[in-house]
Parts: sequence; C-alpha cells; structure tokens
Amino acid sequence: MAKMDKDVRPEYRDWRDIPLTPICNFSTIHGNPTGSWRTFKPIVDVETCTGCSLCWQNCPDNAIFWVEDHPEIRYTHCKGCGICANECPVDAIEMELEVKV
Amino acid sequence: MSTKKVITGNYTAAYGALLCRAEVVPAYPITPQTTVVEKIAEFVATGEMESQYIKVESEHSAMAACISAALTGVRTFTATSAHGLVLMHEMLHWAAGARTPVVMANINRALAPPWSVWADHTDSMSQRDTGWLQFYCSSNQEVLDTIIMAYKVCEQPDIMLPAMVNLDAFILSHTSEVVEVPDREEVDAFLPQFDPEQILDVDDPKSFGTLAFPHSWFMEWRYKIQHAHDLAAKRLVEEARGFEKHFGRPWGGLIEEYRSRDAETILVTMSTIASTTKDVVDDLRDKGRKVGLVRPRVFRPFPRSDLREALVHAKAVGVADRSHTFGYEGPLFTEVKGAMYGADRRPPMVGFTVGIGGRDVLDTTIVGLFDRLDQVADGEEGKEVTWIDLIGPEAEVD
Repeated sequence: MAKMDKDVRPEYRDWRDIPLTPICNFSTIHGNPTGSWRTFKPIVDVETCTGCSLCWQNCPDNAIFWVEDHPEIRYTHCKGCGICANECPVDAIEMELEVKV
Repeated sequence: MSTKKVITGNYTAAYGALLCRAEVVPAYPITPQTTVVEKIAEFVATGEMESQYIKVESEHSAMAACISAALTGVRTFTATSAHGLVLMHEMLHWAAGARTPVVMANINRALAPPWSVWADHTDSMSQRDTGWLQFYCSSNQEVLDTIIMAYKVCEQPDIMLPAMVNLDAFILSHTSEVVEVPDREEVDAFLPQFDPEQILDVDDPKSFGTLAFPHSWFMEWRYKIQHAHDLAAKRLVEEARGFEKHFGRPWGGLIEEYRSRDAETILVTMSTIASTTKDVVDDLRDKGRKVGLVRPRVFRPFPRSDLREALVHAKAVGVADRSHTFGYEGPLFTEVKGAMYGADRRPPMVGFTVGIGGRDVLDTTIVGLFDRLDQVADGEEGKEVTWIDLIGPEAEVD
C-alpha cells in the first residue's frame, strides 16, 4: 500500500471518520495561485489600450482587475489562455513566451 | 385515514411525490413517463403540492437540478424512462457519489433503435453500477409504498443514497388499479422531514465533491457507498416492520417468495412478469405441480443471502430476464447464478430472455418455462440460455 501523506489526513483515522462526500472550504483567486501553469504571458500596452474593457469582460478566470481605466492582469492567477489578447480590438495585449528558470 | 383510489402506475408515482412532500421536482417529459410529471404539475398548479416545479431542458439537467437541490437539504423527486434515464447516466453516478437521496420513478422502457416505447428493463439494468438503490415493482400499490420506503431509508444519515423505483411501461404505468392512498398526515407521521447533516448553504459556502487523490480517500469514499448499500438492505427489512405497523399493510422484504418454499421448480423474475407468474403458479399447483416464484423486489442492494435461502432446495431454477446483456445473457440470471455459487447446494439453473421490447409474456409462455424447468430437474441436457417466443429458431454457432 502506498504511504499516506500525513498532511492530507490530519484528523482522520480511516474511512469511518471521513464525511460522506468530500466537502471543503473553497478558495478564490486569492487563495489558488495558478500563475505557474502559464506558457504564454499576456502583456498590456497601456498606451494602445482604449479602456474598452472587453478583456476584463471575457477573462474566464477573473484574473483581470480594472485599475484606473485600464486592465491589470494578476499574474499569480492568470493561466495564459490568451482570450484577452484575442478579444482586444486594438491589439493592445501581446502574448509573450514565458521564460522558465 | 386512507382512501381507495383507482389510479394508474404513473398517477400513483405522482401521489408518492405529493404524499412525501417532495419540495423540488425538476421534470422533463418522455413517453411513457409523461403523466407522472403532468400530474405533479397539476398538483403544484392547484396548490395541493407546495413544490418548486422546474421545467428543465433535458434529463441530464433534471438530475443535475435534483442533486443541487438535495444538497441544499430539500427532498427531491423526478421521473423518467428509457432514453431519458440513459441521458442522465453521468449525473446518476454524481447523485450517488455526492450522497444525495434523490428518489426517482423510472418507467422501464426499451432503448432505440428500433424505437420502442414498451416494457423492457434494459434502461435501468444499464444503470446498475451507478450506486443507486433499485426497486422493481409489480403493482401500483407497491409503487406508492416503495416511494415512501425509499425516502424513509435513503435519507437516513448513514445511508444518504439515491433510489430508483422501477415500474413496467404501460403494464403498470398506464394501467389503473385500486391503490390504498394514505392521507398526508399519516405519511408525515411515518416519514420525518429530510434533515441532512451537511448542506450547501450560501451563508457558509463550501465546495462539495472536490478532488480526491489515489492515496487519500477516493477508494474509502467508494467503500462508504458499498457500506451504505449493506446498511440499506438491513434497514429496508427493519423499516418494513414499522411500515406494516403504521399503514396496516406489509411492504414486504428484499425478495418475495410465492409458494416456493416446498417447490421443486422455481422461476425467478421481477416486475409484472412476476404478477402473471403468480397466476400460473396457482393454476399449475391446482394440477399438482410443485412450482413456485421468487421475485427480487430490490435489485440493488442485491439480496444475495435471501436468494440463497429461497432457492437452495430447488430441483431446478429458471431466471426470466426482461433485458439482455449482449454477448452474454440476462443480467438477473448472471447475478442469481453468482449468488448461488456460494450456497450450500447449487441447483441446476437456466436463463430465459423474455418480453424484450414489450413483447407480451402470456400465461402460456410461463407454463412453457416451467415445462422446461421440469426437463432441467430431470437432468435433461439443453441450452443454458434461451430466447423465449423468438420468431424462428435460435442459430447454432459451431
């Protein structure tokens, strides 16, 4: 049998102690950093941006925040799907290859 | 006080939802289930039933809505049939895995192509492994009583599993019978309010049904479903005693034994074929033949030890399936044989595939099955599985 990871079963002895189905507290983008999944990184050119907010509206993960009439991408959460760059009508978002160290 | 009503199987199922005070009913119509949800819609429209009736866009959505509603702590009911049931397939697994005690009437109907709206158990048999309790009814009264019993047992905190109450298309769904319908207070006194320990609550949000890793609890959660089925088998028997005391009529056990205790040949079959078989057993008994019927009423949890005790003494056992596992045989036959492997004595057994696509299973057909069982009891060689009333001979494959 595989060795159990102590971290994932803090108070459970065996199957009799676990609830009927997995139930847990959920987290928002603030608690679930997924930025390391990215292959391409969206970079906003604030000069070109017209502030139309299409990128903000279309981000499927709410990784774009609206700050002073411009989008601000939270890289701790953005997975780099590129929808924002694709939707931008003035090509103000460039997808750059991530350089992993 | 109960009232005697002359109602169809479908209306009976709707009365089941009414009497058990199902609070959310997501519904999508399909022949021959339609009049179940039509009747519930009428109950809701007239104010007789205080329920959220959700007109969903598919059966997959109907079950998704049932699961979500059940997670918030309300009693849910829905009904479906055939293609509707198999479209729910993914959500049926989810309902059991999320431990939501949804109760659903399924009108057993064949699957297309070719199109057929008539009685056949292929729809529910193909959902056998989803974790649902499965009941097969042979009268309208049994439909009503089983819906009450399903909520009673499935909502218990250590069980929390969904239940499917099956009834044969048209033979029960559209046939009127006398049904003793208890009043709502009588059912209230037997069936407590649904009060689950964990609920989905917007004021205390939690994530349900999250990820489980190979080393941490997925397998244990599956074992808990098996354990709950074991408990359900025991509770059904216990609660049946309370049911009889409360309503003044028996609910029955996991199986029904009809004149089979001293029988030499026994037919095992479910649902309405079993009702016809009772008449045949009476006729043949009058003629001095020692025949009997054993009817599994609960298919999941499977009544393994009950069947062993009921069949161990027989000289021959036949199992008549109203469905067929292509490439093998009738699923009930497989499972009854499997159960008998561990019995003290293994009677010779044969399987019959009958009534597929709603083909009538007449008394004369059933007499033929008992004739064949006499041959098996006498040790005559013959086919292990036979398609009954097939037009043309079965082919021999060398």
